[in-house]
Amino acid sequence: MRTRFTVNGEPREVEHDTRATLLDILRDQLGLTGTKKGCDHGQCGACTVMVNGKRVNSCLCLAAMHEDDEMTTIEGLGSPEALSALQKAFVSQDGYQCGFCTPGQIVSATAMLEELRAGDPSYASASLEGEMALDDAEIAERMSGNLCRCSAYPLIREAIAMAAEVKS
Amino acid sequence: MTKTFRMDEAQPRLLDETGQGIVGAPLDRPEGPKKVSGRAAYAADGLPENAAHGVLVRATIAQGRVTKIDESSVSDVSGLLGVFHGPKMTRNPAQGMAGEAPVQPGDEVHYHGQPIALVVAESFEAARDAAQRLAVSYDADTDVITDPSRSETHEQDDPETAGDFEAAFAASEVTLDRTYTTPPHAAAAMEPHAAVAEWEGDAVTLRGALQMLRFNKKELADSLGIDPDKVRILSPYIGGGFGSKLGIGPEAVAAALAARELGRPVRVVMTRQTVFDSVLRRTETSQRLRLGADKDGTLRALSHDDRVSNIRDEGFAEPVSQASQFLYGAEGLSFTQTLARICRTPAGSVRAPGEAVGMLALEQAMDELAEELGMCPVELRLKNLPDKNPMTDQPFSATRLADCLREGAEQFGWGERKPMGERREGDWYVGMGMASAARSNMLIKSAARVRLTGDGAVVETDMTDIGTGSYAILGQITAEMLGLPIAQVEVRLGDTSFPGASGSGGSFGASSAGSATFLAAKAIRETLAERMGCSLSELTLQNGIARGGNREVPLSQLVDGELVEEASVESGSTADSHFSAGFGAHFAEVAVHAYTGEVRVRRMLGVMAMGRILNEKTARSQALGGMIWGIGSALTEKLTHDPRTGHLATRDLANYHVPAHADVPGDLKVVFLEERDDMANPIQTKGIGELGISGAGAAILNAVRNACGARVYDMPATPDRVITAMDAAGF
Repeated sequence: MRTRFTVNGEPREVEHDTRATLLDILRDQLGLTGTKKGCDHGQCGACTVMVNGKRVNSCLCLAAMHEDDEMTTIEGLGSPEALSALQKAFVSQDGYQCGFCTPGQIVSATAMLEELRAGDPSYASASLEGEMALDDAEIAERMSGNLCRCSAYPLIREAIAMAAEVKS
Repeated sequence: MTKTFRMDEAQPRLLDETGQGIVGAPLDRPEGPKKVSGRAAYAADGLPENAAHGVLVRATIAQGRVTKIDESSVSDVSGLLGVFHGPKMTRNPAQGMAGEAPVQPGDEVHYHGQPIALVVAESFEAARDAAQRLAVSYDADTDVITDPSRSETHEQDDPETAGDFEAAFAASEVTLDRTYTTPPHAAAAMEPHAAVAEWEGDAVTLRGALQMLRFNKKELADSLGIDPDKVRILSPYIGGGFGSKLGIGPEAVAAALAARELGRPVRVVMTRQTVFDSVLRRTETSQRLRLGADKDGTLRALSHDDRVSNIRDEGFAEPVSQASQFLYGAEGLSFTQTLARICRTPAGSVRAPGEAVGMLALEQAMDELAEELGMCPVELRLKNLPDKNPMTDQPFSATRLADCLREGAEQFGWGERKPMGERREGDWYVGMGMASAARSNMLIKSAARVRLTGDGAVVETDMTDIGTGSYAILGQITAEMLGLPIAQVEVRLGDTSFPGASGSGGSFGASSAGSATFLAAKAIRETLAERMGCSLSELTLQNGIARGGNREVPLSQLVDGELVEEASVESGSTADSHFSAGFGAHFAEVAVHAYTGEVRVRRMLGVMAMGRILNEKTARSQALGGMIWGIGSALTEKLTHDPRTGHLATRDLANYHVPAHADVPGDLKVVFLEERDDMANPIQTKGIGELGISGAGAAILNAVRNACGARVYDMPATPDRVITAMDAAGF
């Protein structure tokens, strides 16, 4: 079957198996291998991409369900020569080790900061309404869908907090 | 042939004298921009043109024989290219540094989850479909032993002893006899094991997720029955290892076999479930600790007996009491290991084999002894630090454990610690705990090549970077030795066509590959001194300028063409004359919920002395990562097997609980104390990757005890167990 969508601002049309996940299409057909397959079951977050601005586990999405959607992958956030503020912060704070979960962490954090700005509450929020504080507990709670076995967690959160301040 | 330098005596501390000032600096990882932008290519990322997709099929019996693999059951799968099985398929990954094929069991099944076939198809979806539907018939054995406590095949060595333990224990004024158990653990690196195999004539190139390429090349060649010269392995980026990628795995062997047969590239990526099923796990342990002391806290007797398990034909047995044998001295020491043979996923090295679980027990026992004695746990440890290895009488090459304990207590605010159960904040009991950290240190044979041109330097070695920082530190050592800005050094790793290194394992990678790189650069310095017409001691290299003999010459003028040196290093007599280990102290503060038993780690501090630090930033990350593994082993991580079949029930990341962001406090601190280990290697370093986990979990569990009285003997300390233990303690 064929599906058309936009990835990192570029219109794409893919011919694919009906069973193909968005993750496998991005990686194997479009060559966007920055998005990783860590578990294929929505348990680790390494495959996080943004669909229409919201973060999703692309391993849990069938490609066929994304006709006309707009996708952003790690490659769309910056390149080695032109990194985003968050990507730079991950480098300077050493918010990674092996780097495998890193694209997922960064895409997830990029979308998470937007959720926070939009006032979406989390389990860690003091109130369901009003402005959310960008404290460590709030970031930790919202990032818990992204596992890192190297366990760079405190440094990942330092990087997120740093980039969020730069942006605001 | 490159001459191999043997570490037979202490070497000058050259890296303290060179002028670039870059070794130890907290530089960013050079590969960082690629990693954060998704451009670093891991094994599964490069899909060659015309590649076929393979999916492994597992055995669903505990032990027996495959009688039939019915290919007709999947013949209707569109795009199916073949079902591969046979005598060359491997049972499990090779153990670290095996250098030969793992067990190739033919049609025998030795554990539930063993890879028995590879299904290959034009698409991943088709291969997965066929792998799930493939009909396999078995002749299953009955009465299979999958539970180590029921194993009838126990292998027990004579106790390792010093002095007379029984007599010293009997004569002790205070004694403690406790048994602790730890469950099996999984490395659970984020990158599933992956391989892309491609043949050209009779030679194969494998893109793999592997930690030790020098050994992996031989293992793959032996598995396939070809000459090692016909194997090239590429692993420039590895998505975490922690021991799980030390040896060649079933995915690599199967991919190479199928690719040869089909005459086209084959990619095999293990599913997460297959990683749990068939990659070497850490054994479960049962550990009996007996401690005897005088009332003043002097240890007189220490015994640490353990039972571990493994499958048949595997030589590995977790060295559980490794740290117990050198951390504290006593008149009588005794260590006995029992190995149970069972049918379960084979056991092997997972981060800090031995110390990771052995110190959970030892350091809780020390805490219990301190309590019995009415002594401060820090003081008890300080009172019992030996000045040489109590089992071997070797002097320690360098130890600052006492400083780590004192400095840690000071910086953590240990003096504020309250008696057990006396600090309560709302529904939460709050407590503090501590533990010593120790991890033995090694130098493994390694080679590296350094090239210097007028424009900069290049390092080449088959060393890997599994997140440890090899790219960073090998660049820093070279830049330091050759007086270059870091941007002018390129580090090329993970290719077996480069000189063979130790690989990443046992925390020896940085010391071993780093020493080889250092020696190669040192040889280049000698040539530069000759060209400058000055002695080596007069030569200064800084920012691309050579100075010596009253001359100042830019390297671009001094080096016409290229200077190339290869160097190799190996362990020597200092490894016999001295005992080298990293030491440290862990401190933890936890909150325990009074009604649910939930444990929240609030903050941790690790103070460590681990020789020369090559990059403060990446070293800190390693130490932090280890401490967080301590959280996992203390509180959440547990592989659970079905006792009847040995089937692994917790075979994904939803059921095997590695720490997540919310489990880990932001307040995790690491402090390195300045140290040089002159006997360890020519660059005075020690291993870092595993010291952080060693003892960390015990500090957390000791804090749980201090908070709420709960002492959990069967780890991990999950809420149900904490609540039960709190009840038992009267809380």
